[in-house]
Amino acid sequence: MTEYEAVIGLETHIQLNTITKIFCACKADSWFDPPNTNICPVCTGLPGVLPVLNRAVVEKAVLLAAAMHSEVRPLSFFDRKNYFYPDLPKGYQISQYDCSLAAGGYMDVPMPQGYVRRVNIHKLHIEEDAGKTKNAGGVRLIDFNRCGVPLVEMVTGPDLRSGDEAAQYLIRLRQLLRWLGVSEADMEKGHLRCDANVSIRPRGADYLNPKTEIKNVNSIDAVREAITREIERQIHETEAGRRIEAWTLDWDEETGRLSKMRSKETEADYRYFREPDLLPVRLDDAWRDAILAQLPELPLARRARFMADYGLPEYDAELLTGERGLSDYFESAVKAYGGDPKRISNWLLNDVMRMLNDRGMSASELKITPTHLAEIVKLVDADTINTSTGKALLVKVQESGRAPAEIVQAEGLAQVKDDAAIRAVVEAILQANPKEVQAYRGGKTTLMGWFVGQVMRQMKGKADPNLARRVLEELLG
Amino acid sequence: MELCDLSALELSRLLRRREVSAQEILDSTLERIRAVDGRPGTLEPGEALPEDARRIHAFISFTEDQARAQAQAVDRQLAAGEDPGLLAGIPFTVKDIFCVRGTYSTAASRILANFRAPYTATPVERMLAAGGLMIGKVNLDEFTYGSSNESSAFQPSPRNPWNLDRVPGGSSGGSAASVAAGEAALSLGTDTAGSIRQPAAFCGVVGMKPTYGRVSRYGLIAFASSLDCPGPLARTVADAALMLRVIAGPDEHDGTAALVEVPDYLAELERGVRGLRIGLSPDYFRITAPNPDGSLNEEPIAPEIERAVLDAARRLREMGAEIIEDVPMPNTRYGIPAYFVISRVEAASNLHRYDGAKYGYRTPDPVDDLHAMYRRSRAQGFGLQPKLRILMGMYVSAAQYSAQYYRRALRVRTLIRRDFDRIFDPSGPYRLNALLTPTTPTTAFGMGAVYGDSVLMQYADQLTVPSNHAGIPGVSLPAGFDAAGLPIGIQLLGPDFSEADLLRIGRAYELATAGEPWRAARPAIFDAAR
Repeated sequence: MTEYEAVIGLETHIQLNTITKIFCACKADSWFDPPNTNICPVCTGLPGVLPVLNRAVVEKAVLLAAAMHSEVRPLSFFDRKNYFYPDLPKGYQISQYDCSLAAGGYMDVPMPQGYVRRVNIHKLHIEEDAGKTKNAGGVRLIDFNRCGVPLVEMVTGPDLRSGDEAAQYLIRLRQLLRWLGVSEADMEKGHLRCDANVSIRPRGADYLNPKTEIKNVNSIDAVREAITREIERQIHETEAGRRIEAWTLDWDEETGRLSKMRSKETEADYRYFREPDLLPVRLDDAWRDAILAQLPELPLARRARFMADYGLPEYDAELLTGERGLSDYFESAVKAYGGDPKRISNWLLNDVMRMLNDRGMSASELKITPTHLAEIVKLVDADTINTSTGKALLVKVQESGRAPAEIVQAEGLAQVKDDAAIRAVVEAILQANPKEVQAYRGGKTTLMGWFVGQVMRQMKGKADPNLARRVLEELLG
Repeated sequence: MELCDLSALELSRLLRRREVSAQEILDSTLERIRAVDGRPGTLEPGEALPEDARRIHAFISFTEDQARAQAQAVDRQLAAGEDPGLLAGIPFTVKDIFCVRGTYSTAASRILANFRAPYTATPVERMLAAGGLMIGKVNLDEFTYGSSNESSAFQPSPRNPWNLDRVPGGSSGGSAASVAAGEAALSLGTDTAGSIRQPAAFCGVVGMKPTYGRVSRYGLIAFASSLDCPGPLARTVADAALMLRVIAGPDEHDGTAALVEVPDYLAELERGVRGLRIGLSPDYFRITAPNPDGSLNEEPIAPEIERAVLDAARRLREMGAEIIEDVPMPNTRYGIPAYFVISRVEAASNLHRYDGAKYGYRTPDPVDDLHAMYRRSRAQGFGLQPKLRILMGMYVSAAQYSAQYYRRALRVRTLIRRDFDRIFDPSGPYRLNALLTPTTPTTAFGMGAVYGDSVLMQYADQLTVPSNHAGIPGVSLPAGFDAAGLPIGIQLLGPDFSEADLLRIGRAYELATAGEPWRAARPAIFDAAR
């Protein structure tokens, strides 16, 4: 039996998160707006209008291109892609064709199994989005809000080998887009759209077989699932002696099924030509340098550095670099703390994250500064407060926005280390609980925890638990 | 001489001295229109009426009420001692290829006949802001595709005020005719291959195609976007200069509008021509067109036109200009074939948006599906010229032909540009300030004489189209009449943004010929309409 491997390339459309559209002053994102409310003569293609390029689109696309290791062209052009469709109001889409903003590029995607897959970028260009068409009861409704929303189209080489690999690529791409601040990258909201080209071939072969194109996949899980299904189908068909034809397939999220949309025998002729209404994009050194000055350390590089420089386990490094804000926070806290970075990682990933999750908050709503966190950990390290007080202190800082030391001072949260004070409390407890004292002395030493708990309760959690234990052992012994 | 026959500058002077009011100017203009224009162009003209042949029919629609309100505002401002703007009280017409808010903006096509623009084109906006009185929208060839104005879907099409059996030229035929007949002092036209200069020449008025990007195209319904230029038509050089000053300049709505400062063209006007170098090229005194068998046919331009150009050269030399003869412009002859290809590729794409789905004409016939609706609407909505241009544009931009036609035409365009670069290069062999040429190879042709023969009509643009390819400015000036009494136009071409120099040379020529009897001639329409 032949062993097969899948050959997968992804075509992604990335909605850039600019405030306004690519060629007019309309608001770019219309997710929460009713149809046809963010439109003007320009984006609805009325007679006589002209596009004027939004420079922020170029800037965000250049950041992305640089992060994908693409070569950014100092001179690039817009072209018209001509076709008829009711949601394309000009009858052509302004895109880039043979001399686009960037050429080449790649992303090295680490796979959970431990290997790294290099995904080459074949195409990276800027274009405008078209509108949305909806069929409702025999009526065709068009929403032009999306017309002129800025997109980057990015196409990979046939470099991915499974649905899982495709999903990993998208996870890393989404992380990168958010990291760079160029896109919200939410697939459910269409900020990141993906079509998958899938073919199979005998393992080790170096030729490409006819491919199918899967459209309409709205989540990373769906991409994984749809590709996996399609690979199974192609193997099944091939084994049965049938040919794979170049179909376009539609993914139905509800049923988890692929269905044929159309055959793709002939390539459409879009009659590309240079867009005469726009000047070429001249990215001179000054502009390019100003844009690239904003290019941050990339997530995978930072992940590797956290492991190397801070001695963090991969698990911690992965979580801490999930979001740029979180990783910046971590680094600031480590710097303010000065001790073992793993302590900060533990506090951040366990306690701070739990608090955020419990409250349904995002990291940006955090009032605890990295310095605050470092201060709390230091207070715990110095036994000024105990661990549980430290956790409670996190909440108090978050709620009040006040500095930890200030709260400890004001609320008298510092641990009671006064032997006499603890001794007095212990004596009172022993006196009040003769039965438990007897049981302990009779050998039930597990009651020690209960006694410590009683002391802590009486002293409102401020007792140094180690000291309380020593005094208890002495008086009970 | 009525008020409406005065130049914009004269009117402006009278108005500012409070000797006339804006409303009086408007009244005089409207009276002239009633006397000479006849019925406006319409989609359903019915049978030709006997008086149609004795009227100009420059207009498609009128904006009399807005003009009246504007005139009243100007008069109020003047009374209050405020500055009402450079074009205050000056009546102007707008080629109906510009969108003007609230007006039908038809492009002289059935497919846009019911399109009411929701915004105003930048050059119109600027003329209104300067206090101009917009009288109405004037006729043109459908989507500007033509040189006679006969292809308009709005009939009757305009006639030449100097001879009503002749065409006014095109595509800005309504603009040129309205200015020549005193129906407006100024008109806003567009020039893609000569569409301002050729009708200006045919109608004996001044018409300027500015440098590409000098005037914003925002609101101009596009023909060939890389060639289209809005510009002024006027009866005098000074009026064209005045209007250009108002409409020129950068525009946030047009990224191709140049960020070059706009000079005070009027201030430069009277500086004379002493020391300027003006060229004559033999390549502009003949027309080269293909025969049906593919061989090339070379024909001299009309002798009377050649004589007018040489006479102008002589006068300019007498005024101190240096005339340089035998300037080679070898790629002039390829201007039309390259234009055929480039303009049609852009035109076909620009016409995609007229699909019956969003605005404009939609077929009333029952249709089975979307594509049938597209086909029917476009088949019924577009006239012959748009259809020819779509067919050719689609053909030469198809993947398998694009290299052979479209990309080759772009290379030819570069060669044409180089011809000009060479002669205007300040350290080159010619160092010209301007090239003096005929505007057209013939004077106005007869109604129906050339229409339908698209190739022949295109070759009428051979002397104007090179400057559109190159993006440089050009101006056509009235230069007398031929034996048939038809106006002759001469053209000045100059380097990028040299409008001030061209206008200055034009003004010098105007002064040199001020005493000529032909300067006093009055269009035949005034007798016909009496």
